[in-house]
Amino acid sequence: MKPLGSDKPFLCLLLIVLAVAVLLAGSSFSSAGLSPYLANAIGQLAAFAVLAISLDLIWGYLGILSLGHGLFFGIGGYVMAMYLLKHSYEATGRAPDFMQFMGWTELPFYWAGFGFFPYALLVAAVVTLLISGVFGYVSFRSRVGGVYFAIITQALVYVAMLLMYRNDTGFGGNNGMTGFTVVFGWPVGAPGVVIGMAALSVVVLGLTLLGCRLLLASRFGVMIVAAGDDEVRLRTLGYDTLRLKLAVWCLSALIAAVAGMLYVPQVGIINPRLLAPELSLEIAVWVAIGGRGNLIGAVIGAVLVNAIKFWLSAAAPELWPFILSGLIVLIVLVFPNGLIDLAKMKLVRPMGVKRIAAEAPELP
Amino acid sequence: MAVALLVDNITVEFGSFRAIDALSLAVDFGEVRAVIGPNGAGKTTLLDVVSGIAHPKQGRVIFDDATDVTRSSESDIARAGIRRKFQKPSIFEGLNVYQHIAIGAQGGLRRSLSPGELATRIEEVLEAIGLHDLAQRSASELGHGQKQWLEIGMVLASNPKVLMLDEPVAGLTDDETERTVALVRKLKRADRAIVIVEHDMDFVEKVADRVTVLHEGRTLFEGSMAHARADERVIDVYLGR
Repeated sequence: MKPLGSDKPFLCLLLIVLAVAVLLAGSSFSSAGLSPYLANAIGQLAAFAVLAISLDLIWGYLGILSLGHGLFFGIGGYVMAMYLLKHSYEATGRAPDFMQFMGWTELPFYWAGFGFFPYALLVAAVVTLLISGVFGYVSFRSRVGGVYFAIITQALVYVAMLLMYRNDTGFGGNNGMTGFTVVFGWPVGAPGVVIGMAALSVVVLGLTLLGCRLLLASRFGVMIVAAGDDEVRLRTLGYDTLRLKLAVWCLSALIAAVAGMLYVPQVGIINPRLLAPELSLEIAVWVAIGGRGNLIGAVIGAVLVNAIKFWLSAAAPELWPFILSGLIVLIVLVFPNGLIDLAKMKLVRPMGVKRIAAEAPELP
Repeated sequence: MAVALLVDNITVEFGSFRAIDALSLAVDFGEVRAVIGPNGAGKTTLLDVVSGIAHPKQGRVIFDDATDVTRSSESDIARAGIRRKFQKPSIFEGLNVYQHIAIGAQGGLRRSLSPGELATRIEEVLEAIGLHDLAQRSASELGHGQKQWLEIGMVLASNPKVLMLDEPVAGLTDDETERTVALVRKLKRADRAIVIVEHDMDFVEKVADRVTVLHEGRTLFEGSMAHARADERVIDVYLGR
């Protein structure tokens, strides 16, 4: 991998992310900038981009496809929702709606402490690490990989969805959790807060990009690329690839959970549909469309697909499935490595080639 | 002379197929041993057992007179000092030549060499395998012969006590084969055992001290290459008349 200083495309992307963050931050203090609606859309796109990076790390670089990353996104989302509801409960004294429906006037004991954000953050990290750690250890130890791993992760997220659909778990059941009124002490719906949350998401996206880029350029990153290329070769050179894979897997899960924590306050709701296989599959589609094994590709894929989705879900919702599947077929046929192929074609072709081709006599 | 690698009564079965049948073999330090034989004789399976990839149904593999590595993991075996080049050049397409040698030299998730020691070691290895000028080249851009040398360099970088080379000259030109002969001769040391699996008999004759001829998972012959060429049974099953 090129040194960070000479990696122009990456620096460009980082600069764009920074510019968007500054623009958003500016808009949150004055009414002249971006509208809260647009800012909210950008914030959601940033959360999806972080989610795509998390999958790209494990799939694009290490070659381990997860079709259940929605699980970790969901864990982050649910914990964030618990924080928001507890925080709102402490501010208003009113139990969340879904609990009132069940006849509960107080929050269950396991909600204790969730009004304190650092505690919620800690819980999200611990639960994510616990689940990803145990699942990853068992799978990688038994040398489960490839399609089998992808299927098991898909099953895992499905099981989580079924569990969350139950109403008696205390996490909102099929209605999910909504009705957030306060975030970090501010009213959730206020324009400045909406734009501020979006700015925060974009900043987190920038930090995630930079962090992953530095990680991949390090000795650890070299090992990740090596393990992705030929794991047996690396293992027979003395490297315990189980620990390497487990570390990247858990890191990837943590990043996905962070994305979930950013996403939920911006959409104002979480329900078990986030744990449906569809979302987990879509993450892989974003990364595949953008270009896996490339951080820029993951971000482009996530932003592009979801921007089209936002636009179409307002303009022509019934067209969306056709557009998405058409996009997949087109990309697979034209750019097998995703849209990132586009940049490579341009770079590889020297300036003169086009002219020479133009001067060459045309075939009869 | 001390025994570097003792394969003791090993049997390997894949389903109902017996790839190795109660095979015993001892390789001394300071020796270059060639393992030859027809396809399906169990040569690569033998290397798989020693490197921990295949698990024997019975028998033991003893390293350096003392360490039983039969049930050890691939990475533990490699860290103990047994390294192996694969039949198909196995390199990392996404990394450059320098990074390969660095991975081989560190030989584990934890660093074993300081940055200074690492740089010196990488220089030595690049010099030995003749890829000094291509250090920053991506491995995917190398020719077949250069890939073979790169993989040898990668396994060599950690100074292994047992070095196993599976078909190091397969697909090489005569000129490249000659360079590999010189390389293997340079690698020979009093505290190192080298095991080579190869079909190129001229190459084997030039580098090997002794040869072991395998046939259907058993030892058919053990001795010098000259004697192997004269042995009736070896001629019948492998070398031909």
